[in-house]
Amino acid sequence: MKSNLEVENLIVEKDKEVGKEMAKLGNKIEIRDLSMYYDSFKVLENITMSIPCRSIVALIGPSGCGKSSLLRCINRMNDLIPNSKVEGEILLDGENIYNPSCEVIELRRRVGMVFQKPNPFPKSVYDNVSFGPQVMGIDNKKEMDEIVEASLKKAALWDEVKDKLRTSALSLSGGQQQRLCIARALAVQPEVILFDEPCSALDPVATQKIEDLLIELKENYTIVIVTHNMQQAARISDITAFLLMEVQGEPGRLIEYSDTNKIFTNPSDYRTERYITGRFG
Amino acid sequence: MKNFFKSSGDSYIKALTLICASLSFLAIALIFYFIISESMEALTKVGITNILFSTKWNPDRNQYGILAFLCGTVMTTLGGLIIGAPLGIGTAIFLDQVAPRRMGEIVRRGVELLAGIPSVVIGWFGLTILVPAIARVTNSSGYGILAASVVLGVMVLPTITTLSVESLRSLPPELKEASASMGATRWQTIRRILIPAAREGLLVATILGMGRAIGETMAVQMVVGNANQLTFSLTQNTSTLTSRIVTDMGEAPPGIFRSSLFVMALVLLIFAMLLIITIRLVSRKKGD
Repeated sequence: MKSNLEVENLIVEKDKEVGKEMAKLGNKIEIRDLSMYYDSFKVLENITMSIPCRSIVALIGPSGCGKSSLLRCINRMNDLIPNSKVEGEILLDGENIYNPSCEVIELRRRVGMVFQKPNPFPKSVYDNVSFGPQVMGIDNKKEMDEIVEASLKKAALWDEVKDKLRTSALSLSGGQQQRLCIARALAVQPEVILFDEPCSALDPVATQKIEDLLIELKENYTIVIVTHNMQQAARISDITAFLLMEVQGEPGRLIEYSDTNKIFTNPSDYRTERYITGRFG
Repeated sequence: MKNFFKSSGDSYIKALTLICASLSFLAIALIFYFIISESMEALTKVGITNILFSTKWNPDRNQYGILAFLCGTVMTTLGGLIIGAPLGIGTAIFLDQVAPRRMGEIVRRGVELLAGIPSVVIGWFGLTILVPAIARVTNSSGYGILAASVVLGVMVLPTITTLSVESLRSLPPELKEASASMGATRWQTIRRILIPAAREGLLVATILGMGRAIGETMAVQMVVGNANQLTFSLTQNTSTLTSRIVTDMGEAPPGIFRSSLFVMALVLLIFAMLLIITIRLVSRKKGD
């Protein structure tokens, strides 16, 4: 039995630790001097940026500037493409994910992804969400039910699908499918979620719902989103990165990286200004 | 000549293709008509039940039961699929998901080559290598359902592999990406996502392989033993419908004997139609 004072001290100690933890978490992801190649073609060159914990970072730029490629470096999805190569490093909580010792499987559990086209598995709603936890080895039915419900609630989809968990995910509307994909990503409790133009296949109402959801998710997750829609970047993101491939055949470079407000009201680079005012791209 | 093609253009090509299509259709219709009319004699004089449900095949004593051969066909076909389907689907998964590009290309060519090998060559291999090997191991003649199944397993391999690869290729790449992005391993992705998603296509591949196995004649005839007895042993001589037709057709005089061979052909034709209907049903389910 510990005295009250001791308990209080313990709590203080604990708070200090949490505080340190938070400070350390300042930057969730640091991309350093990243270059990327498909075969011998250089797609990205010398990208350096820091992504703060629990924020939304938007990657914008004209088609072909490499923003999706950059996004896919963060969970090493590019590994699936033969002959792709990465130079430089990406630190996740201070650890380089391109270290040979980094477990890609573990990395992808920590860094989830939602794709451009809603891509639910041709399975039931329930099985879509339970897939991730299942491959992680969770086989307790009750625990799984809880995870599925919690994930669907976090993705703001529960009320719409709670009576049809066993029906095929493909019978849902496009917007619902995309939120299902978000629930599916949330089910493995990631720390970062990457969104690759998640609304480009959706109507305005469904887009609105996803945007609201992203802002809610920011409370607990670090979010990186590629978007073609500049209003969307302006509406939801805290920081915006503008990428550009200046000459066809040259790699994409990071032109400007700063607070979203600044980028859209007072960009420091003339190319950023030209892009956001719609003069090219 | 040049002018002829130039000026005649569309209408001639239309007529030409119409003739081609009509001829194909005519061939099918004639085959149906011919087989049905030729088998009528046996069907009416011996009776359908005496043919289909009797295992006694003694044309000398007017016994024309084909049940033994029917069972032979069913068993060798299933045996061939038990060997060929997992092997073919496994190869397809290897080719589509696992193999490095170059290696996959080489294996693919090999499988395609297998499809081009005449069945008599594969049967010859079975006869000279497989049958003696089975004889040694099982202490039997070596002929029979086991030997035929192995030979058929090899012969359905190209069909099943090629079609399975097609059905795996046609899956949207997003499925694989989604699964990988959840932290699933390659094997988990294959087993839990890709195979279930390609299920209908893999089923169709297997059914088409089945069609190939049911119809195969030469290679089977060479290793099945060709005895007219019903057997469920894997290593006893027996016959299939096709092997019986080819064994007896030379010496069957016009009459009931010959007509009963046409009944077997009719049964094979019905099998083929059932398979096509099954494929229709499977693919329609996929479309829903």
